Amino acid sequence: MAVLPPGLTAEQFAAAVRMFEDAVGKEWVFTSDEDLTPYRDSYSTVWGTPDERLAAGAVAPSSVEQVQAVVRIADRYRVPLFPISTGKNFGYGGPSANLAGSVIVDLKRMNRVLEVDENRHFALVEAGVSYFDLYRYIHERGLKVWIDCPDPGWGSPVGNSLERGIGYTLPYFRDHFGASCGMEVVLANGEVMRTGMGALPAAKTWQEYRYGFGPDPAGLFAQGNFGIVTKMGFRLMPQPEHYRTGKITVLRRRDLIPLVKTVNYLSDSFLIGEPVYASPLTALLGNGEFLKAATRQGGAVDAEMDRFASVHRLPAWQVELQFYGPEKTCLANWEYAKERLMREIPGAAAFEGESLPIPITPKQLENLDAPYPTGIRRNTALGIPSLGIWKIVSGDGHVGLFPIIPRSGEAVFEAQRVLGDATREFNLPPFFSAVTAPLHWHSFAFQMVFAPSISRSDPAHNALVERAVRKVIRIAAEHGWGDYRAPTVYQDAVADTFSFNNHALRHFQETLKDAADPNGILAPGRGGVWPKRFRSVG
Amino acid sequence: MSRLPCIAIAAAGLFGLVNAAAADGDGKLPIAAGKVVYERVCAPCHGRGAGTDGAQMLPGAAALAARYQGKLSPFLEDRSDLNADALKVFVRLGVGAMPMFRKTEISDSEIEAIAAYLSASK
Repeated sequence: MAVLPPGLTAEQFAAAVRMFEDAVGKEWVFTSDEDLTPYRDSYSTVWGTPDERLAAGAVAPSSVEQVQAVVRIADRYRVPLFPISTGKNFGYGGPSANLAGSVIVDLKRMNRVLEVDENRHFALVEAGVSYFDLYRYIHERGLKVWIDCPDPGWGSPVGNSLERGIGYTLPYFRDHFGASCGMEVVLANGEVMRTGMGALPAAKTWQEYRYGFGPDPAGLFAQGNFGIVTKMGFRLMPQPEHYRTGKITVLRRRDLIPLVKTVNYLSDSFLIGEPVYASPLTALLGNGEFLKAATRQGGAVDAEMDRFASVHRLPAWQVELQFYGPEKTCLANWEYAKERLMREIPGAAAFEGESLPIPITPKQLENLDAPYPTGIRRNTALGIPSLGIWKIVSGDGHVGLFPIIPRSGEAVFEAQRVLGDATREFNLPPFFSAVTAPLHWHSFAFQMVFAPSISRSDPAHNALVERAVRKVIRIAAEHGWGDYRAPTVYQDAVADTFSFNNHALRHFQETLKDAADPNGILAPGRGGVWPKRFRSVG
Repeated sequence: MSRLPCIAIAAAGLFGLVNAAAADGDGKLPIAAGKVVYERVCAPCHGRGAGTDGAQMLPGAAALAARYQGKLSPFLEDRSDLNADALKVFVRLGVGAMPMFRKTEISDSEIEAIAAYLSASK
């Protein structure tokens, strides 16, 4: 199963492996089929096909010095490396590389939480630390800070933020790369570099001022291939005193437009956490007549959707609001939100949710006492990692594609129509219908979810999903909606859509790549950026 | 937080237990270490008790309940047929939506310790 790195003979690779073993210890270098199997992408649309990106090996350093040694060996032998932190990037390629024949640099053993400051609200962690690890560290010490974690929480702050992952609390913290502050990176020549204030040898604000002085290269390492990030700082949320929820419903389909407009105001004014949108009409999708109307070619008819809402006495849309802070300000912000929304949108109704002192009780964590069915996931809304969300992962898993769309009701309607029509031919579940709600995970933009299932045993289904994914990438881009993240096998397709001015961005990225990594050893192809020697591959 | 503090307490001692056990006799990890590793790696998905946000079971237990339809317990701690070799197949190859786990996440000796713990927990 294992393949050789491109351009290397078996003898050359064996020599590199021996040097990797000398650097990190024989037990932490993996080349057998058995050991490399878990480095395949569990949720791959190209599983078992010639397009699958199989690894040549894996090496697991335990220190920055060992990472440096691995990089220098790889540079000497021209072995392409692909770093992972915890390898839990499921739906986006898991631990697999962009280039077949890469050696995975598995940083899981670098698992130390180096610092958490509950007064200045930051953490500094190594690359293999998981959200569970960081949560435990904080709670074992009773520190009054929260993490913002993705769902599920077995990934790592470093890996997730470098993928520009998102969370579920306040806008600033939900943007995991945006809330990072300072990183340590091993470059392609083996040098260790620190960004921001970390470049100051006597730095005392590495996790408090991210920019340092002069150009800040930190962004190059997110979805990038300019170095191996070994440490990273993160801003943490002060533990709030209180948490409150409430729900607003609106009657008509086009009421989504003023609803989004005002919720944007609330969000950008730092009054609320993640707004959770939904359409109560989703309950009617089992009704054939409604399903036909909600998935109508050319888009749903507003009056028709409103008629269903009226007949079934259901609101067209709802949004659940979340408030964090002192009890009095949580209440005041909720009172303001509901007064304004009910005044602006005729027929809007407000429903009191829960009002919980922090820390909540184990019973409250179960999230069973909301006065209405809630779409808020209690664990992640309160920064508590879990694996509970895996309940939505059926069969053999899925791939994820999330076009970013403008934060407006009009954009939601257009995306429903365009992407619904684009995916109709594939006979997949209706990801884009008239009741598809936007996700407000990102701080200042909506995204729509397209996550078709994959199969380990049905290549024909995977081939269909492959065609669907590529079509969604293309059609979305034609309408101005770019993807924020993509499985490794689709990153070239996504990168191709960012083509303004004859791919000026790509030309700049390639110029930097060739200068910083002249032998092209670091994650060739990641983010759609290929070094010179592999450009014909990408 | 009914489950997480248990996990947290267990995890706090994981590496100490594992390291101490490594010096023992035949190199096998003791059952107590298996319990610790089980609670850290397996229980967040396969443990007893409710799942999140109203789910009756955690996802791994729910998946096994659906698969076995009452013929076997959905909880790993009730099972007596999961020896180390069987566990390694599921851990290293994954099954259904359960992904594969690498040796850097859970070692072969830790899987063996989990098997010993599960065998002793009946």
